[in-house]
Amino acid sequence: MPLSLDAVPHLWRLARLDYDPARQRPVLLYPEGAVLLNDTGRAILELVDGKRSVSEIAAELSQRYQTDVTADVADYLSHLAERELIQ
Amino acid sequence: MTTDRPTTLLAELTHRCPLRCPYCSNPLDLIRAESELTTEDWKRVFTQARALGVLQLGLSGGEPLVRKDLEELAAHARGLGLYSTLVTSGLGLTRARAERLREVGLEHVQISIQDSDPENAERIAGVSSVKQKRAAAAIVKELGFAFTVNVVLHRANLDRITEIIDLAASMGADRLELANTQYYGWGLENRAALMPTREQVTRAKTAAEAAVVRYRGRMQILFVLPDYFEQYPKPCYGGWGRLYLVVAPDGKVLPCHGATQITTLTFDSARERSLEWIWQESSAFNAFRGDGWMREPCRSCPRKAVDFGGCRCQAFALTGAAENTDPVCTLSPHRDIIDAAIAEPAEVEFRYRILAGEPQRA
Repeated sequence: MPLSLDAVPHLWRLARLDYDPARQRPVLLYPEGAVLLNDTGRAILELVDGKRSVSEIAAELSQRYQTDVTADVADYLSHLAERELIQ
Repeated sequence: MTTDRPTTLLAELTHRCPLRCPYCSNPLDLIRAESELTTEDWKRVFTQARALGVLQLGLSGGEPLVRKDLEELAAHARGLGLYSTLVTSGLGLTRARAERLREVGLEHVQISIQDSDPENAERIAGVSSVKQKRAAAAIVKELGFAFTVNVVLHRANLDRITEIIDLAASMGADRLELANTQYYGWGLENRAALMPTREQVTRAKTAAEAAVVRYRGRMQILFVLPDYFEQYPKPCYGGWGRLYLVVAPDGKVLPCHGATQITTLTFDSARERSLEWIWQESSAFNAFRGDGWMREPCRSCPRKAVDFGGCRCQAFALTGAAENTDPVCTLSPHRDIIDAAIAEPAEVEFRYRILAGEPQRA
């Protein structure tokens, strides 16, 4: 189910963002698993703080990248929500 | 040589354990305390693992709490940035030790339960343990650890899968692993007592699927069908020597925890070699990488890129050659071995795990 733009997502309590020095990639770690991220993924997840809504996260990144990234941000977060890595 | 980097290290800190579960995946030939790696050895192993690419660390055993240096090892792992899981029976997890582990940054605790029925749980564990496990779980919750309950499923508890799932939820588990018995080590020794019926497996699958939906958002439930009842084999840890490595209590570095039963391989020790050398160069880790080692029917099978021929340990244990197709595969000429095991008359007595030459511990 896609996240609505009004939803205020937070990281799964069991997950944390970190950096993998061996692969030189940001990484989302959680019990028995890991998702290697690119810089865009990290930029999105750093704004997932349980305070900002999906549309606020998208607005902030749209401004940073000087282009409307709302659809991409919503897709990305919905995908992670499906895997229960954000809630 | 390989370009793959391991993501997960299972550190079997010890084989010592207060429990005597008949499905234990430890080898029959348990390693004694005096042969275990030292604190400094383990720290070096963790540091090398991190440099090699490991992200996830399992602090396992045996019962890892038997090690007095567990807190020091957990602290070292957290300092390296590893995400650590304490894989424990719960026995020995006092409040003082749990608090110390929390302080040093341990993130995730996995406690095993044997059954929802206390009497049967203790019959399976071979020792009195239910009260201690409940107490340990309460402390884990109170201190805010990420918390997984793990249950090994088999003939003697599968019919209570719904009660087991509800019990895990009432203990406050964030995750529940419903792990069907794998027949290695002590599990293979006890196969006739542990093997479920096909009807049990079918009912359990339905119950687990319903529970996944019922508990969605509250508790993640992982249920994997037992491979004997599947058509194709499991892709063991993403293929031999690709993502996973195990260090046994004596320092032997293994591609999976069951690998020592493949007696045709020689395993190098973290006492003598670096993890990187062993991962890259050792004969054991290179033995079944790629597909050059495969025989038919795997060699020409399109599924070889999906399941990598299944489990080498199972192929060796049941067919006598690790290069053979995992016999659980319905394309394997040895599948009759599996079908015969499923049809075997049930035994009721467990052969409990015990250290050779030692008196039975209560």
